Amino acid sequence: MSRVELINVSKQYGPLRVLNDVSLTIETGEVIAIIGRSGSGKSTLLRCLNGLEPIQSGTIMIDGVKVNDPDTDLRKLRQNVGIVFQSFNLFPHLSVSDNITLAPRLVLKQSPDQARKIAADVLARVGLADKIDAMPQQLSGGQQQRVAIARSLAMNPQLMLFDEVTSALDPELTGEVLRVLEGVAREGMTMILVTHEMGFARHFATRIVFMHEGKVWEQGPVAETLSHPQTAELKSFLDAVLN
Amino acid sequence: MIREFGTGDIVYLVFAARWTLALTALAFAGGAIVGLTLAVLRISPLAPLRFLASLYIQIVQGTPLLVWLFLFYFGLSIAGLPVNAWTAAALAYSIYGGAFLGEIWRGALIAVAPTQWEAGASLGLTYVQQMRHIIMPQAVRIATPPTIGFLVQLIKNTSLAATIGFVELTREGQLTSASTYKPFAVYITVACIYFLICFPLTQWSRRLEERFNVAR
Repeated sequence: MSRVELINVSKQYGPLRVLNDVSLTIETGEVIAIIGRSGSGKSTLLRCLNGLEPIQSGTIMIDGVKVNDPDTDLRKLRQNVGIVFQSFNLFPHLSVSDNITLAPRLVLKQSPDQARKIAADVLARVGLADKIDAMPQQLSGGQQQRVAIARSLAMNPQLMLFDEVTSALDPELTGEVLRVLEGVAREGMTMILVTHEMGFARHFATRIVFMHEGKVWEQGPVAETLSHPQTAELKSFLDAVLN
Repeated sequence: MIREFGTGDIVYLVFAARWTLALTALAFAGGAIVGLTLAVLRISPLAPLRFLASLYIQIVQGTPLLVWLFLFYFGLSIAGLPVNAWTAAALAYSIYGGAFLGEIWRGALIAVAPTQWEAGASLGLTYVQQMRHIIMPQAVRIATPPTIGFLVQLIKNTSLAATIGFVELTREGQLTSASTYKPFAVYITVACIYFLICFPLTQWSRRLEERFNVAR
């Protein structure tokens, strides 16, 4: 059973078709970099995977569970699918520790002590062990995003989605976030990243998925796809972002 | 016989102000329960609930508070349910306060970024957990200054309860004025007492608002 399976997925906002017959299969342990121009449907695709956005036709399966089925308990699904957003979306009224432990306590019913131990552990993994009692607004953007990643990790997900997680950061702060992502990838996490960081994609992704006009336009192993694009659209996109 | 307006009368007026405060507290408590319910219904994912809450608010905001007071005080007794002035006032002010607090609090709830709901949902929290642990704590900070502003309105509007024979600050003023025949002195005193109650609250609200604007 594949970790993620999309079969002929289409999605519209009114007359605008943002996903057009997308099919894609992702196996456990893969690191997928989704690239493409703004408006190509990359972020929408990611948001459909954990049910934040409904789809109009097709099927999305995660670990054999159909996401777009009204009978599916999305909450249960989301415990296994972490998502990290471009704008961090930390809870500003809660400390770093409470941001991380909220869901483990409420959803996984962990005791406060147990949850706090896990928070310390995931913070150490993102290099912020000393910030456990800080408030989000005391942290830099890069640190906030690392806390957001730690918050996701604390739920021990089987799949992690990253939606342009470095796009809102100053260039000197993207490095620290990318290093955290590298660490997560090395631990064998199945990851899907919508990204503009071609350097990161080249080194850590196992596969490139290029989206164009709501379709998976081209995909394949990273090195080969980036050095020998098959379609004119990917070629011109790569020329634009690499130069 | 007409007596002088003296210190004793001022003391009586100050004492009467506690009924103003008691009625305000009761009205605020009732209004808060109704208002919180309305605010949550107004942003509910279920359209019929949103519609009912919105209908309630439209009706109450489109009718005078005085009419609600009369309706409960005189209307209910004619309908065979005689109520005292306290009960009538408590009901009328809860209905009235609920509609206004409901709108203030709905505004605060929707002022919290939608991405906060998304972040909570993505972590597997239920709708109620998202509301309780993520949205409401942030909305409370936004809602506090306008809520205190409404409280000041409420304190002043409790004077309407004088019309159904509820003896609070304004009614006590009327009675004092009638027996001393010094309406100017009496009502100036009444106005001063209202002002002394309301002024610290408006200042507090202003300070909270400033602090909130700095924090953003």
